[in-house]
Amino acid sequence: MGILSRGGMKHMSRKVLLIEDEPNIAEAIRFLLTREGWQVETHAEGTDAVEVIQGANPDLVILDVMLPGKSGMDILRDLRELDDLRGLPVLMLTARGQLRDREMAESAGVSRFMTKPFSNAEVLTAVRDLHAQATQS
Amino acid sequence: MRDTLTGSRIRERRQIAGLRQAELARRVGISASYLNLIEHNRRRIGGKLLVDIASALAVEPSLLTQGLEATLISALREAAADAVGQQAEVDSLEEFAGRFPGWAAVLAQMHRRVVSLERTVETLSDRLTHDPHLAASMHEVLSTAAAIRSTAAILAETQEIEPEWQDRFHRNLHQDAERLADSSKSLVAYLDDSDAADDRRGVPLEDAEAFFEQRGHHFPEMEGSEDSSAIDLSEIDSAAAKTVTRGLLDVYASDAKAMPLKAVKTALAGTEPDPIKLAAQFSVDIATVLRRLAALPDGVLSRPTGLVVCDASGSILFAKSVPGFAMPRFGEACPLWPLFQALNRPLVPIRKRIVQLGRSAAEFDCYAYAWPQAMSGYDDAPVYRSVMLVRAVEEGGQGGQPVARVGPSCRVCPNADCESRREPSILSEGF
Repeated sequence: MGILSRGGMKHMSRKVLLIEDEPNIAEAIRFLLTREGWQVETHAEGTDAVEVIQGANPDLVILDVMLPGKSGMDILRDLRELDDLRGLPVLMLTARGQLRDREMAESAGVSRFMTKPFSNAEVLTAVRDLHAQATQS
Repeated sequence: MRDTLTGSRIRERRQIAGLRQAELARRVGISASYLNLIEHNRRRIGGKLLVDIASALAVEPSLLTQGLEATLISALREAAADAVGQQAEVDSLEEFAGRFPGWAAVLAQMHRRVVSLERTVETLSDRLTHDPHLAASMHEVLSTAAAIRSTAAILAETQEIEPEWQDRFHRNLHQDAERLADSSKSLVAYLDDSDAADDRRGVPLEDAEAFFEQRGHHFPEMEGSEDSSAIDLSEIDSAAAKTVTRGLLDVYASDAKAMPLKAVKTALAGTEPDPIKLAAQFSVDIATVLRRLAALPDGVLSRPTGLVVCDASGSILFAKSVPGFAMPRFGEACPLWPLFQALNRPLVPIRKRIVQLGRSAAEFDCYAYAWPQAMSGYDDAPVYRSVMLVRAVEEGGQGGQPVARVGPSCRVCPNADCESRREPSILSEGF
């Protein structure tokens, strides 16, 4: 884990919660973001995702749409109902990239929408952008 | 329905019968002015007079007195409620139904049909857009592809990566590659629908083809008999599919009579089939020969043989698949198939060796022939149909002659520069 903690030393305060039930995607994203200095927590269930987000208090959430128990779209809607999580940056990942799905995510309050398969650079850029926007506002 | 509308029904029936008011009044022994009052529901009517009027109008008295069924009124109310941009006079609904029962029934029937069709459209479009199996398969494929892409990029682009992580990512890649192979196969099997006969229900031609497929495209009970009625079609659900299947069986029976199995076997013994020679030998047209060759029992021909029939619009009317040669599920085949080229040269038998792009590169010998449908009268322009026999080229027989490159259909054809392309291929869009 040594190489992961190298970058992490610089930005210990930044935390991302990755809610993704695909373990190998979660592992790849965790590796990438950890090297960027993010503290990465992962969760693979939809049912209790809102409570987990509340408990983890992350700076940013990466949220898969198709999750066991509860869809990412429903989780997002619930988040936006909560006063303290209304402004939390949420990057949504989905295999369904149709305009209709994008519009649905936007109306639910997504910060950024990304379709699978994505490139690592796209994920990193989106995370950087969203974090920068959140810290500026 | 209130019986006060009996008069309206009498008027309606009298008009249908083409009787003048005075004439009907005379026949039943009342004055025309009294009948006029009855017809405008201003006098109640019953007893002998009602029976006499019904008799004069050649209808049952109950037809004049009994109200219309509640379902009709209910259907009309629903039709009025569902109407867009039109305000129906709902207060006069019963009067309308009473005065114009025929039109009311037509309207109610049309409304029921519209509702039923709307439900069908909804179901079909829902299946297309929310097919759960398709959605789940696609999700599996794309998620695995995402994992592979991310992991492979980490391995390829990360300068320093600890052996522990390297091993883990290699292991993940291997797992995901296997998963992708499995889920892709599952998706292709679903899209090809090769085994899921139940899922084909709903399209008559597909039901008919599934029926033929199930019987191996050969019906011993029709050999030597011109009658297709011996074949039991009770397992086919829809009337439309039964009609299509019966039509195909009739053609089979006619072909079997023209080219008896025993004689065909004798003619083919030890030789490769030559459609022109067979047509001459049996005094039939080449279309009959091609259809018959595709309907022979297993073992008569040395190699797998498929068949496609289309009409002049290019619509596929029948298809018997052959391994390695893709036949699109919903028509829209490649226009370069000899099947369609034969339509440009009716009555000229075409023989061509082809290879289908994007598949296994297997070669096929195709025989195609277009022939005119029966004409209904003089000076009618003939409407042609075309048939193509598709025979796998035996191993070792490939490469001996020119091979035309054709596709399955534009959507899955990799030939981007094809002059005949109708629409972009999903393969070229990075699918």
